[in-house]
Amino acid sequence: MGLDFSVIPPFYGTLALGVLWTIAITAASAVLSFFGGILLAVVALYGPLLVRLPFRFVAWLFMGTPLLLQLFLIYFGLAQIGVDLPAFVAGVIGLGFHYAVYNSELIQTAMVAVDKGQMEAARTLGLSRRQALMRVVVPQAVRDVLPPIGNNMIALLKDSALVSVIGVSELTLSAQLAIGRTYRPFEFYAAAAVLYYVINLGMEAVLRGFEKRNRLSR
Amino acid sequence: MDVELILKVYPYFLKAAVITVELSVLTTILGLICGALGTTARLSRFAIVRFLGAAYVSLFRGTPALIQLFLLYFGGPQIGIQLDAFSAGVIGLGLNIGAYMTETMRGAIISVDEGQGEAARTLGLSRAQSFRKVVLPQAMRLMIRPLGVNINAQIKGTALVSAISVVELTYTAQRYIGSTYKPFEMFFLAGILYLAIITITGKGVAYLDRRARLQ
Repeated sequence: MGLDFSVIPPFYGTLALGVLWTIAITAASAVLSFFGGILLAVVALYGPLLVRLPFRFVAWLFMGTPLLLQLFLIYFGLAQIGVDLPAFVAGVIGLGFHYAVYNSELIQTAMVAVDKGQMEAARTLGLSRRQALMRVVVPQAVRDVLPPIGNNMIALLKDSALVSVIGVSELTLSAQLAIGRTYRPFEFYAAAAVLYYVINLGMEAVLRGFEKRNRLSR
Repeated sequence: MDVELILKVYPYFLKAAVITVELSVLTTILGLICGALGTTARLSRFAIVRFLGAAYVSLFRGTPALIQLFLLYFGGPQIGIQLDAFSAGVIGLGLNIGAYMTETMRGAIISVDEGQGEAARTLGLSRAQSFRKVVLPQAMRLMIRPLGVNINAQIKGTALVSAISVVELTYTAQRYIGSTYKPFEMFFLAGILYLAIITITGKGVAYLDRRARLQ
């Protein structure tokens, strides 16, 4: 069986829809991982001990196990305790939380590195501890680690392919649907690869743009 | 937590963990070979070879590993590449992590001070000699820790081959989640084994790193 790329055009619509879902799930998970990462970092550094220790443990667990396994846990585990989530939502939670843990590690390091005088000055000016943290320390820390957070988001885009296994019809699953109808795996996986590559390039360009603006604003 | 169930199924998880370790070791070896070749290509004197190296890195880092695996395993037969799932897993993941390792190795080599290579050339060593005897040993020391990060990611990446039905840890966990409806217990079992593999590997890398720094 040779290659025949003319099988692809009838499935343009399917693939285009897959691209949209891939972008949607990546965007939603990226937003969750960004704010989740900040929250986890603040809790890990400033939370009460009883909260801090379990958080650390969960972070350790999530950094040491495969994302795919975590997706199964979230999708089937939540169903078991009676929370029946659509696959898309479970996918966003899984991807978002996984990368939130990684982002939180970056943000924690940066928060520790923010000059102590910043916190002291903010307190002197009458800000509460929480205000000083969220308006002075966190923004500076996050700004310092935007490039590596951007790299995590690009990794997230590629890991979004994994949610196909819990049935989210993003690009990978769309390709599989087309393969189920045509029995042409090479053509459609190659097409999916090209589309991922293009989304990846677009995302890199957007992130580099952000970084440039961020550097200029200092 | 259903301890009885865990005690009943854990032997299957141990067996699966052995497969995960085998996959990790073979993939790491292949990844290091691909990384070394990729780095050589990216630092080549010839523009066309440099381009090929850069294309390898860009394509494999720019697309999901899962797609690469599917393309090789399911699409391979269409272009005359027929592999069993385990071999496809090792080759697919090895090529993928090799692209990341290329960047790690190249980064280490170009961060060795330029003066080192120049000094070696001035002392009469050839280009190849000065690279092999002066630059590379120093770069090796710098690359152990970041390669450890790549290997850590790659061990977790072996979970992907469950999607082409290699019976490793994640596949086993998934199968037992399906048949027992006990996702937490199965996650716990597989998770402990992954953490054990990753922790031991991490200690090994730290040991190598310490020894390299003492020299």
